[in-house]
Amino acid sequence: MALAQRKSDALTARIAGLDLQVGDWSEAARKDALSRLAAMGLPDRRDEYWRYTDPAALTAPAAPAAAPSDADDGALVFDSIDRLRLVFVDGVFDAAASDDPALAGVEISRLAEGGALHWARDLYGTLETRAQTPVARPLATLNTAFARDGVLIRVTERAVRPVALIYRQGSKGSDAILHHCVKVEAGSELTVLESGTAAARVNCVLEVDIAEGGRFHHIRMQGRDHDRHALTHVFARLAAESLFKSFTLTANGRLTRNEAVIEILGDDAVAHVAGAALGDGDFHQDDTVFVTHGAERGESRQVFKKVLRNGATGVFQGKILVKQGAQKTDGYQISQSLLLDEDSQFLAKPELEIYADDVKCSHGSTSGAIDETALFYLRSRGLPEKAAQSLLVLAFLAEALAEIEDEALAEDIRARLENWLTRQEASAATMDGDAPEARG
Amino acid sequence: MLKIENLHVKLEEEDKVILKGVDLTVEAGKVHAIMGPNGSGKSTLSYVLAGRDGYEVTEGSAQLDGVELLDMDPEERAAAGLFLAFQYPVEIPGVGNMTFLRTAVNAQRKARGEEEMSAGEFLKVIREKAKALKIDADMMKRPVNVGFSGGEKKRNEILQMAMLEPRMCILDETDSGLDVDAMKLVSEGVNALRDAGRAFLVITHYQRLLDHIKPDVVHIMADGRIVKTGGPELALEVERNGYAGILSEVA
Repeated sequence: MALAQRKSDALTARIAGLDLQVGDWSEAARKDALSRLAAMGLPDRRDEYWRYTDPAALTAPAAPAAAPSDADDGALVFDSIDRLRLVFVDGVFDAAASDDPALAGVEISRLAEGGALHWARDLYGTLETRAQTPVARPLATLNTAFARDGVLIRVTERAVRPVALIYRQGSKGSDAILHHCVKVEAGSELTVLESGTAAARVNCVLEVDIAEGGRFHHIRMQGRDHDRHALTHVFARLAAESLFKSFTLTANGRLTRNEAVIEILGDDAVAHVAGAALGDGDFHQDDTVFVTHGAERGESRQVFKKVLRNGATGVFQGKILVKQGAQKTDGYQISQSLLLDEDSQFLAKPELEIYADDVKCSHGSTSGAIDETALFYLRSRGLPEKAAQSLLVLAFLAEALAEIEDEALAEDIRARLENWLTRQEASAATMDGDAPEARG
Repeated sequence: MLKIENLHVKLEEEDKVILKGVDLTVEAGKVHAIMGPNGSGKSTLSYVLAGRDGYEVTEGSAQLDGVELLDMDPEERAAAGLFLAFQYPVEIPGVGNMTFLRTAVNAQRKARGEEEMSAGEFLKVIREKAKALKIDADMMKRPVNVGFSGGEKKRNEILQMAMLEPRMCILDETDSGLDVDAMKLVSEGVNALRDAGRAFLVITHYQRLLDHIKPDVVHIMADGRIVKTGGPELALEVERNGYAGILSEVA
């Protein structure tokens, strides 16, 4: 009972300052979540699922302070892309800073708006609940119970431009709990972009329900905000012939855990999840992915690449579960790290669990240093060492970046990456001064 | 142009001495060939000149037009006009051949304080040079050397050489892995670059490459030293009698 007691005390402390929103359509889901949460308790390092990432900062009563990052990236990312901008400051919608949420074929409302009836009632917390087995994800449940804001998007056509969720941090100790729901109706299509630092600590859930033939693209930039702690969950459910593609670029942040739980329920569906991470110094980034094939001829890909240096840590836990009857499944999973020094580490736990007999599944995980031969080859052609290294880093990330379907978005991300790498070169050069080997 | 004096080199990781006092001078406008049996130190010499890690120079010097090469980083040597055509060109997945070459050309120009080449100008020049080497547009778009045949890789090296316009070109066993036609193509590429202001150091096992790239001077290397120097006829002697004959004669 000691364990249960400790967990229950931790939970009481964590939720002491949070209000359970009542009196609107989400009340039942929130109350249900609270009771599920009470039964589960909060995760800690002893949980198998949190073996490589310490959730302490995510479960602590107060958010560890983080200075708001300068205007830097959040606001500027995707600047060249024609998009509908929805701005959140410290996890609360800022109507004045946002565009008028009018987009043909897309219905947008706010979680905090309340009201007695809403289409999202059938979705809010539903996919999160389904994702609790076989592995409990209590912090997502906490999110369902206490989310303060978020967007509810219903798509009935092919949206002509992406919806961009732009996060800004206003104060040093802000603690954001955001919950978004997206319902992609049959044959419709939407791209959602996320960027910026939401708060000093962020707990963000995105539930995506894709009906037959629907297509959903998700591109997320977790920018160069050095101190924030973030936990995100993407829950997706795919009907027949639907498509789900998610790409995340994480470049720093003290702690980031991105979970994706994807369930293929209809035949001939396609789900791709990809991520690129650039970690430098006090950086811990974790991708935890669970893809379930529950229908025939499904295709899934998990592509994760991490470049780590100066003691940064990268984690990958990825699973493909192929259920009985999910014949002709094509599952692929790759996780790779490029360790730029000996202080950095990559921890990977790739898993396959297959109950169908006619499937094609492969997985691989590698960890390595920069290819010295390639580096020498580039330098022998006149590329300065740092430039040669940047080129090899970009090349290493290429497979993950290739998962972004839209060329303009891919180009935007590539340009930003190049910019970051060049800046790193420049700052490394100035910092080097008398000690040329001080920073790689 | 290139002046190597009493060059001694050992492996950094182990106590193995590879070069034991190499003396060699290559004049501008000339083609020198180095021949020698396996393990004589030919490739080590090319790597040390290009600046590869893992070797320790214990004695001696190597100067390019009076400037000490051995103190420079590989990229500085390249900008100074040194080029090594690799025996095994390196595959670099994810980096486009064209992008790579343009980055390299402009990095060298920048290092020399010259103006960078515009995309348009670069494209014009490379198209012409690639055509002569029978390198098609598809090869230019593919990642550097990935999926290239042995012949394609070597042609790609020569294309890089043609674009970078180095003054001192070192060819490390450029003939290895080439069929007769490919060897002809590569040799034509090299010959097209022969110029009064440019010198070549051609490392090879066999006389056959020298039928196409006619050397002015031939050196025989054995056990880390140049043991014999002569005219083109020395290569023919190797072909006839093997290295054993020459080495016993030297000893």
